[in-house]
Amino acid sequence: MVKCVSSMLIILALAGCATTQQSLYDELGGKQTIAAIVDNFITEIQYDAEILPYFEGSDIARFRDKLEEQLCDVADGPCDYTGDTMAQVHAGMAITEHDFNLTVDLLINAMTQAGVPHRVQNKLLARLAPMRKDMLYK
Amino acid sequence: MRGTYCAVLALLTLSQNVIADEGKLIGTAGLNQIEGAGGGGLVPWATLSGYDSQEQTSLNVFATNVNVDDYRLQVLGSSVSLYDRVEVSAARHTFDLTSLGGEIRQNIYGAKVRLYGDVVYSQYPQLSAGVQYKDLQDDTIANALGSTDSSGLDYYLSATKVHLGAAAGYNLVWNVTARMTKANQLGLLGFGHATQDNHELMMEGSVGILFNRHLAVGAEYRQKPDNLGLGEDDWWDVFVTYIPSKSFNVTLAWAELGSIAGAQGQDGLYLSIGGQLW
Ligand code: HEM
Repeated sequence: MVKCVSSMLIILALAGCATTQQSLYDELGGKQTIAAIVDNFITEIQYDAEILPYFEGSDIARFRDKLEEQLCDVADGPCDYTGDTMAQVHAGMAITEHDFNLTVDLLINAMTQAGVPHRVQNKLLARLAPMRKDMLYK
Repeated sequence: MRGTYCAVLALLTLSQNVIADEGKLIGTAGLNQIEGAGGGGLVPWATLSGYDSQEQTSLNVFATNVNVDDYRLQVLGSSVSLYDRVEVSAARHTFDLTSLGGEIRQNIYGAKVRLYGDVVYSQYPQLSAGVQYKDLQDDTIANALGSTDSSGLDYYLSATKVHLGAAAGYNLVWNVTARMTKANQLGLLGFGHATQDNHELMMEGSVGILFNRHLAVGAEYRQKPDNLGLGEDDWWDVFVTYIPSKSFNVTLAWAELGSIAGAQGQDGLYLSIGGQLW
């Protein structure tokens, strides 16, 4: 049992160490790919009857701008996010867990269409995941 | 010693992302373990079976077949998961003594409550507590071996976490379960013994890598008591799970179950299919 636990820990440790030298921004494909992801994401939202209503009356040009900036920023790219905090932006929307999960699926679709490899998708999602607690049921 | 078998290492390779249709991690929600609870193959996890979110319910059914040298265990079961908070399960074991002849049947009723967290999103692992009530239908062999009861209660606490992209970009899932039990071979050989009739703490664990949305590979380990003094062994397995959609999953594993009722070296194939009806 002890050996079992320690081999599991070794795997976790190896997993933790296995980072590349490249920034996630470069792995993603930089500015162009991020712009493509955000464009695809907006299209996905437009065609989703459950998520689209949240964006009624939103300034989509600003949304595009700020989301590009944010993705660039969290991926260690050459940008600083200048938008509002996730808590401020999503306050009062009462986003449900189901709708949040659905939005993540749309983002995954957007990344897949932009040609982002699945392993790189996972890394970007890992950086966005901690933000969920600021958005759900607020 | 038996821990050396726990060769979890043959796992790492490919990848993709793993968020299911409903946003839950495919594979962590979809399986039912051998006693009916949401989990892996041998081990219950903190995740509830089914892909329901906090606004939804789900109903799951599964069938599992474990074929080892001298025995075959067939399991049929079902579980309901409510608002990603409570899971209720029922499973029937039919244990064929393929070498000796005869069968042992057992019914298992389970309940599990999610205490904390979300397996993907929360900072700490998702935490759940569960019980499994086991009711042996054929207790002749259990009595002959000196077990004290033909029914028993297991209690467990499970912690499960998915680390997005943690294994060189692949998603990694681990689970640790602490179980209080006096079941002999899951209860198929009764509960307790005149010389050892207390619940004992047993540790169980799983690790898995999600190669893509549809394929998980991993290993599990389950410590077991030896109340009957027959050299009951810990169990382990390595598994491959294919999840074509959130409504269907199939798992193939190699299970090493050690000594069972005096018959040594019981190992063989574990095959399980499951599905979500809603
Ligand atoms: C990890 C997930 C998410 C991230 C990283 C994210 C990020 C952002 C960003 C950067 C903005 C622009 C902020 C600004 O204008 O200053 C924004 C706006 C917005 N988000 Fe999200 N978001 C997420 C999830 C969601 C979800 C699940 C929904 C709804 C289902 C949603 C609905 C909106 C809406 C409606 C706006 C526009 C608000 C306005 O018109 O002012 N977001 N989001």
